[in-house]
Amino acid sequence: MSSTTALPHTRARSGSDDRILRYTFAERLIHWAAGLSYVYLLVTGLAFWSPYFFWLADLAGGGPTARFWHPWIGLIWFVAVFWMYTAWHDDMRTTAADREWAKHIGDYIRNEDENLPPIGRFNIGQKQFFWLMFFGGIALVLSGAALWLVNDIPWSWRWLRYSAVLLHAVAALVTIGAFIIHVYMGTAMVRGGFTSIVRGEVTAAWARMHHRLWYEKVTGTASPKK
Amino acid sequence: MSQATLRVQKISGHAGPIPGEGMQREEQVCKLVDTTTCIGCKACEIACQEWNDLPFATTTFDNTYQTMPQTAWNFWNLIKFNEHEKEDGSMMLLMRKDQCMHCADPGCLRACPSDGAIVQYTNGIVDFQQDHCIGCGYCITGCPFNIPKFNPTTKKVYKCTLCSDRVSNGLEPACIKACPTGCLHFGTKDDMKVLAEKRATQLREHYGFENAGVYDPPGVSGTGVIYVLHDVTAPESYGGLPANPSIPWTVRLWKTPLKWLGNFAMLGGLVGVTLHYLRFGPKTVPDDEAEKRP
Repeated sequence: MSSTTALPHTRARSGSDDRILRYTFAERLIHWAAGLSYVYLLVTGLAFWSPYFFWLADLAGGGPTARFWHPWIGLIWFVAVFWMYTAWHDDMRTTAADREWAKHIGDYIRNEDENLPPIGRFNIGQKQFFWLMFFGGIALVLSGAALWLVNDIPWSWRWLRYSAVLLHAVAALVTIGAFIIHVYMGTAMVRGGFTSIVRGEVTAAWARMHHRLWYEKVTGTASPKK
Repeated sequence: MSQATLRVQKISGHAGPIPGEGMQREEQVCKLVDTTTCIGCKACEIACQEWNDLPFATTTFDNTYQTMPQTAWNFWNLIKFNEHEKEDGSMMLLMRKDQCMHCADPGCLRACPSDGAIVQYTNGIVDFQQDHCIGCGYCITGCPFNIPKFNPTTKKVYKCTLCSDRVSNGLEPACIKACPTGCLHFGTKDDMKVLAEKRATQLREHYGFENAGVYDPPGVSGTGVIYVLHDVTAPESYGGLPANPSIPWTVRLWKTPLKWLGNFAMLGGLVGVTLHYLRFGPKTVPDDEAEKRP
């Protein structure tokens, strides 16, 4: 069951067009707990990743301080990601409408959205981003634990450390790639997206354009075009 | 510091050229440990503790003469004992002085992300600079000899310095000075190799140790500590001396090809989204949709 269906979705505002609640306060809180902790992990993680980025550690209080906090903030991030999973896993299942929409991904990239079939609350790109961050997070937290407790891993278990350094880097790179696209789309590309995850609301026109099936579901309206 | 920098030939986590690289004559120093004349007196252990002002370490009894199972952050020089059973059923008590090997290609230095936390001097000594150590423990993962040890209190990693402070002042390392049997030697790498080969030949030709030889593993491009072993084909029996040590392949992959692949991929991502914005621009709700407002 979607967590949004239990809440009022339309809210009348004087002097304003109809607005729809897209993200509840709890959802926004989870998102920003994950987002802000991820940014910290990105900055400090890049510092440990390459000498060319080591100066970034100074932004986080220097190398030893960054090294001390990185795993703890990592835990906070993983808890937030897991919380997201409990909140959104139903909404994040790929549907037949998503598969149809994915065939028109080129139209989406070229901003020819009029050619796109209607979809529900999230598009397949958002869903894939979610699952990538979820499974990437599991890989990062497991390998990160081995790197964190490096001193407690006995010599005979050293393969655990050898695999952890590689897994942690690969998983981090994959999430960074997804993160770049996510931030770009959420801020610069899809106008209205950033406001929705900050204030929680979108316009009805926005909802109709991007997530028509979700719009119809939450407003109980038939599609005006059909 | 400037003196030290001039003598450096490799720096961990360092972007750009090495200041002072190639400035001095590259004369590699080397410790030679002849395990065949070691009597296990542990004078080298004590000399190491004393010279480096290390606190007393708690010993752990494990049914042998060994002081503790492995080196520790405050115990850098450990004689490893092994009651080795030969093929003919007779026993041999093997003793090996375990410490940092000062690899020519150091896995700790390669794995270290912190600029200048690990350096290799032109004389081959690999030295940890705790002032720059961030305590990540990557060196522990990079080392094929299980040498760097983490101090949970200071959150720094420590190991044998090959008495770089003594060597830079023309003295031999403290362990060498303390050895009563002369099984420990110190000098240039070339001289030590000649001496080691001479002793190995003697062991083969006059003492019946047919497999006697010199341990100077090529997997790490040779080491600054070399051993003469009675049986160079079975180094594992000398308290777990690895037969073919090398930097773990995952560490190599992570630190060189993956790092560049990753950096280019991240740059590619940023360039990609920028190009998308320039070519297609933002995705806005069209006016005809907005006009449908009630």
